[in-house]
Order: sequence, then structure tokens, then C-alpha cells
Amino acid sequence: MPLKLTINNVVSTVDVPPETPLLWVLRDVLNYKGTKFGCGMGLCGACTVMVSGKAVRSCMTRVGSVTNDAITTIEGLSVDGSHPVQVAWESLDVPQCGYCQAGQIMSAAALLSHTPHPTDAEIDTAMSGNLCRCGTYPRIRQAIHEAAEAAAITK
Amino acid sequence: MRIDRRSFLELGALAGGGLALNLYRSPLARAQSIGAPTELTPQAFIKIAPDGVVTIMARASETGQGMRNMLPMLIAEELDVDWKDVRVQQADLNEKIYGPQFSGGSANTPMGWEPMRRVGAAGRQLLITAAAQTWGVPVAECTTEPGRVLQTKSSPAPQPSAAHVVQASSARVLHVASGRSAGYGELAAKAAALPPPALSSVKLKDPKDYRIIGHSQAGVDTHSIVTGKPIFGIDVTLPGMLCASIQKAPVFAGKVKTANLDEIKALPGVRHVLVIDGGITPAAFTPWEPGMEPGIAIVADTWWQAQQARKQLKVEWDLGPAAAQTSEGFVKRAEELLQAPPANTLRKYGDVDAAFTSSAKVVEATYNYPFIAHVTLEPQGATAHWKDGKLEMWTTSTLPVDGRGLVAKMLGIKESDITTHLVRGGGSFGRRLQNDYAVEAAWIAKQIDAPVKLLWSREDDIAHDPFRPGGTVGLKAGLDAQGKLTAWRHHLVTFGDEKHSTSGGGIGADTYPSGFPPAYALYTSAQPLMLRTGAMRAPGDNIYCWVAQSFLDEMAHEAGRDPLEFQLELLSNKKAPWKSSGKDEVGDHEPTGPSVLIPERFKGVLELVAEKSNWAKRAKEPGRGMGIAAWFCHLGYFAEVADVSVDANNKVTVHHVWAAGDVGSQIINPRAAESMGFGGVIDGMGEMGQEITLSEGRVMQSNFHNHPLIRMRQVPPIEVYWRKTDYAPTGLGEPTLPPILPAVSNAIFAATGKRIRTLPLQKSGFSWA
Repeated sequence: MPLKLTINNVVSTVDVPPETPLLWVLRDVLNYKGTKFGCGMGLCGACTVMVSGKAVRSCMTRVGSVTNDAITTIEGLSVDGSHPVQVAWESLDVPQCGYCQAGQIMSAAALLSHTPHPTDAEIDTAMSGNLCRCGTYPRIRQAIHEAAEAAAITK
Repeated sequence: MRIDRRSFLELGALAGGGLALNLYRSPLARAQSIGAPTELTPQAFIKIAPDGVVTIMARASETGQGMRNMLPMLIAEELDVDWKDVRVQQADLNEKIYGPQFSGGSANTPMGWEPMRRVGAAGRQLLITAAAQTWGVPVAECTTEPGRVLQTKSSPAPQPSAAHVVQASSARVLHVASGRSAGYGELAAKAAALPPPALSSVKLKDPKDYRIIGHSQAGVDTHSIVTGKPIFGIDVTLPGMLCASIQKAPVFAGKVKTANLDEIKALPGVRHVLVIDGGITPAAFTPWEPGMEPGIAIVADTWWQAQQARKQLKVEWDLGPAAAQTSEGFVKRAEELLQAPPANTLRKYGDVDAAFTSSAKVVEATYNYPFIAHVTLEPQGATAHWKDGKLEMWTTSTLPVDGRGLVAKMLGIKESDITTHLVRGGGSFGRRLQNDYAVEAAWIAKQIDAPVKLLWSREDDIAHDPFRPGGTVGLKAGLDAQGKLTAWRHHLVTFGDEKHSTSGGGIGADTYPSGFPPAYALYTSAQPLMLRTGAMRAPGDNIYCWVAQSFLDEMAHEAGRDPLEFQLELLSNKKAPWKSSGKDEVGDHEPTGPSVLIPERFKGVLELVAEKSNWAKRAKEPGRGMGIAAWFCHLGYFAEVADVSVDANNKVTVHHVWAAGDVGSQIINPRAAESMGFGGVIDGMGEMGQEITLSEGRVMQSNFHNHPLIRMRQVPPIEVYWRKTDYAPTGLGEPTLPPILPAVSNAIFAATGKRIRTLPLQKSGFSWA
């Protein structure tokens, strides 16, 4: 039975088994390639998207379980990279290889949406599910603080 | 700058044996064989549109070290354009026109520093010549400012011309009071048709005039990354493309005996099921790129379908001789070999045994370290399209010329029938120097006659990684009555056969502290290994540093000396002649090969990191301590200090890290360089908690839960400092990493009095907090 998904405010219909991971529906059925595959077990966070405002690991999320949710991927965070988290990421040139960064950004955006001024400890808690082998963590921490300040100023 | 090819080749030679090219060093050797005969032209690298937008080709593949910035920045600087007017485009594989196209051995900076700047300067020279010819004035009277060509004041009176129109692409407004001017865009067509000047003839800028080099430039792909654009290997999509997944044996090189292939073919989405016979015969020495591993390739409409079908596979394997291997067996055999006379003598000077006899104190220790896997965040994969006897492939390889050669051999076609596109890879750390995944994708593509994307799962990636080899080192050192080092005996038990050490498992005769103790011996022995190994970020050095700098710290404590002072004293010894020194020059300074440590630079980074970390006044309290270590590799010098605490449960917290590096006269892209410093420290910390173990030949680790990386909460503040010296600039991918391992374990000793002689930390009773 076709499933209805709301992704980045666009409604799509997909005909896949409901147990298919959301990640692979995003990437290979709907061509949202920004969300990345890293481990398939929810261990690395590369596949993080927002489901009704919460950061979830799309590799472990059955697509049939999110038909009533608003799903946001990196492509939908802003139309042009203008989300404060993306702006901060760009201004500090956070990425090295860049592969984990979509997931990092989605986790950071989710964090700031409910904790506008996170402490370092809150950043640690929110971000420790996202792995980066290149070691961009110091820049990520700095970028989250910078995004929090920028968001406060524009409010 | 010349790279001494011989010294790199020698690193793989075990004494008494033949020359065994140790492949982690081969990219630099390759630079000589491939790069040298190629006369690069500005036309190959630079394209200027009529509106002045400059496109610069990035020749090296990008996996996160910033090569797509660094090399084009060198060209842009000497071309004298604004970086904001530059677009960087990834070059396809074509070493005939681009020179060496690989990213390994921290080699792109030393390889590119001179040629890339000369390419840019030659491009500028062509534009000046084009303008001078147009105006009928001498070339010597013309100069440039970013984006435009001006005629100098000695020129005839200005003529009104279109040159006063500000170029749309440039924010710069030029005031051209005394001469005509023309935009690069206006001159580009004429310049491109001129014969390029010899690169050796062009004049380079004085570094004080740099506007791009030495100024932080954001990654050329950063905007694409933060907006989720499909720029990685895994994102390649072609019309009609199928997706492939490969089931391999749980044991290296195990072959398929029987399998339920017909059942699999009938599963949803499955188009092809292919048995790969492979081409590996397990033997004591497993070479670099040993051949295709056997397995079963499942090709489906989507990768998820291929994965689902894989779960239904029922395979009977012929596991072969590698199934007898276990980690316990390796350690046991290594201990036996340590007790036996060493097989090879790599270096020996002075009378080590006599020195021990006359020493006031002699210390012996055995160090053990595990195999570890690369775990790039993007698992391995490649895309290939076979059509009409030719192959087009999209690869994340960092050594793609090898990949093309292997594919040509595998498919029985000419290299000229292969087009290789270089796609950004999600991390390499040495992994993508090997091309196994691209060979597999190409082989599948030829069988099925359709575009195909191969993707490994994380479990595939860990089980079939070309691992950093483990090893065991027997150490013995002596002290005289004044607490000075008298002798050092170093016996590395690695893997391989009589003549070859496994890839990433060789050691150089001049590896520190070789040359500095008054008497010294470096021996190796090897045991068989039927497993792929390879280069991992700072190959060899990533663990030999830990061994040497930990044992040096032990000796300093045994002598009752400060570890920094003890090491500075050692570095001040009259060094024994370098075994690997050649006649080639590094920069303008040392009449020695690149693997030769320059004591003044090694001491310099130690002194700088000591100053920045306030080493001399460090607090000494139970449960908390600081450790210091330094290393020289890949032409760079780094010293690092870690401030660590250990709680009652032996949980380790790193509170702060200071790093000091000397990579020569110029940091090309400062913020990116600092990021490499952060990355080396964090990656190195991660390696301290990782291990790959074998049981009945099977890799026991499978994903990030049992082969962990450092997480955000474990990351300390890190400070990176540069000690600028007038040596030619060298690379940063690798030398930032090695010192952090011993800096942390020496700090754990300072905090607890417990010496870590076995990694991972867990095997010594510690773990990350």
C-alpha cells in the first residue's frame, strides 16, 4: 500500500514496504541524498533528520512509522543555507571530509529549537550521538554557540 | 623541492632481504616517477571566462584534508586573482596533464608547493604577454593586480578603452591613471593560444605579497556540504543505475562452495546474483591490493533491496587457511619471536650489549598494539558504467591511477578505455589509497552491462578493511649513573614473510630515537599474516611514536628526570650518521633525504609546546597529570601535551591538549591547518580505544559499538601553535596525529603511576570517561 510522507513541507507518495528504513526511502526513492548512511544501527548519527522537530536516526526509523509526521532533511532546513546553524557552520568552515555534517547540523538544529542557549554540557549530551572521524568537534561546538547567538540577535 | 625516492623505498627493506616497497611511502616515490617528466601547463589548470571568472582545476582527490582548496590556492595566488573570483573544478584522472593525482603521505603540499605556484605564475605570464602584444608594448612594462592587467607608469599615455569598465565578477575598482588595462577575461582567449613559458623560468611572488596563501579560505565545498548537495561517492546517480552489495566470506579470501543463488534471484528488486571467484591465494605475506576477494554480488534496483536479499543468502564457504588465525595466536607467536634471535637487523651502531653491562640501570619492557580499522564515515563504494567495451567510473580513491591500472587488468581492457572521475570521499585516513571497491564495481558493471553503484555496509567495511597491522615490541634501554641514556635495543615483531613486512607494518632504520642513543640496535622479526593490511594515517608512525615516546618517558622517570629535559638532552647528542640519507635536498637546507630528522626542529616543537602548556609549572597531584611527546614524520614535526585525569574506576578524561607543529615556512590555509591539528589529536585519541581481534579467522568487531570513535563529550579544548621555520612547506594530514597517543598515556602514568604498555586502553585496565 502506498505511504504518504511529508518531507520538507512537500507531500510524496511512496510504494515501499513499511518496514523500509526512512533513510533509504529518502536517499534512493525520493532522491534526498543529503542524508547519509554511516552504520545502519543508529550508532553514528550521519542519517539524522528531524521528525516532528526531534532529531531521529533515519536508518533505524521504519518509514511506516512516520507517515503522520513532518519530516525535515538537510535539504529542507532552509532553501538557501540561511538557517543559523548552516550559516555558523559555513562561517567557521566546520567540515573536513563533510560526510557526517548533515547529521551534525540536523542534531544541532534540533537542539537549538528546544534549547536556544545550550551550555557545553547540553551540547555534549545532544551531539554525542553524532560521530566525526575527522575531528571537527571543536568547530561544531563553536558553531553551535555562534548559531545560538545569531538566532538570539535576529529574534 | 626534491623528494628522495630512494629513502622512501628503503623504508620497506628488511635487512638482508630484497627491496620491499613499503607502499605507504610509495605515493611519494610515485610523485617522482609520474610527476617529474610531466611539464605542466597553465592551460591545463586554468580557464578564464570572458566575464573574468577563473576556473582552476583541482588535480588531487578530496577526502577532507582540504586539497581542493590548498592546491588551487597556490595557483590563484601567483595568477594574481581574487579568490572570490575563483571556481574550483575537480579534474578527472589524467596524470599526463595534471601530474600526480593522489592524496597520501601528506605529500600534496611538498609536491604541489612549487609546481602549482609556477603554473599560476605561468598563467599570469601568458596574460601579460597577451596584453603586451595587443598593445604593442614590452612585456616588462606590464604588471597585474588581482583580476586585471595594468601597464606600468613608463608606458605611453592611456587610451580610452573598455578596460575602464569594472568587471562584474570583481568587487575591486581599479584606478588606471597611467596606463591601459584589460580584464583577464578579455585576454583569456589570446593568452590560452600562446605557447606556455617553461615553469622554471617564471618569477614567483615574494611571500610578503601573498593575498591568498596564508589567509584562511573556506572549503570550496563547504556550502554544498551544509546544504546537503549530492557531492559524495555514495551520492553518484546515473540513469538506469542498479545498486550492488557483496557478501564475502567471514574469513579473509574464503571462497564460495555452494549458495542458494536461484532463491535470491527471485527476491524483490533483485536483478543479478553473481559469484565472485576472486583472485587471492592466502600466504604469509599479503601484499598491498592483493586482488579481488571472493564473494557473492547481489545487484538490485535499490541498495536496500540488495541488502534484504543478502540476509536470505545461505552460503557454504571454503574458508581456507586464514580460518586458523586468532589474535591470541598472534600474541603468543610474537612473544616466542621476541625470545628468539631477531630475523633482521635494520640498524646497529655502538656496542649495545657492552653498554647494558656497564649501565647503572637497565630497563626492559614489552609493548603491544592491536590491529585497527579505518572506519571512514562514508563506507567504501564506487560507481561504474560499462558500455561498448569501455568503462567509465566514479571513485573516491585517493590513488586513482592505481585503481585504473587494477581495473584495466581485471577487465582485460586498456587503461585508455577507462574514464575515471574523482568524487569527494567521506574520509580516507589511508583507506582509499586502495582501490578494491572500485575494482569490484567495475567487475560487476562489466558482468551486467548496466550502470551500477556498489556500496559496502559498515559491517563489510570493518570486516574487510585493510587494517593497520598490530605488533609487539621488545625494548631494552640503559642509564648511566648521571641518568643519561646509554643504549637502546628495539625489536619489532611485525607480520610478513622473510623478505617483506606487511603493508603498514614496516619500520624505517632511522625511526626515532634511532641515531641519538650512544649505542643502538633496531631489529625486526615477522610472523605470517593472511589478512589485508594497509596504510593508516601516519602509517607506522601512528604507533611507533607511541612505543618510542612511552618508553622514553619510562626511562626519564627511571632516571628521576623531567621527561622534557631528558628528551632534549637526548636530541642534543651527536647523532649517528643517518642510514637512509641520500643526496637529494629538502628545501634549501639539509643535504639529506626527507626521512631524516632535524634535531633543531624536533627540539623546537617540544620547547614551544612546553611553553604553551606551562609544562615546567605543571601541577602534580594524585589522579591528574600531564604527558608530553613529539614525533617527526611525513616531513613534519609535532609535539603535544595532554592534561589528563583518571578517576577511581580508571576512567580517563582528557582536559586539555596543546599541540605545536613545524611544517616549514608557510601555513597555506591557516584555519584548515588548525582543523587538521584538531583532527589529528581527536583521531589519535580514538585509536587508543580501538582494536580488531580475530577468532578462527573471523573479525570480531562489526560496527561503531565495538570499534568506537571519540564522541563530542570526550573532546578536550585543543590549542594548535605553529613554529615557523624557513624550510619549504610540508603537509599536515599525518604528522599531527602520532604524538597524542603517548602524550595521553604518559599523562595517565603521571596521574596514576601505571604505565600503559598495551593498547587499546581497555586491555590495560583503563577506558575513556
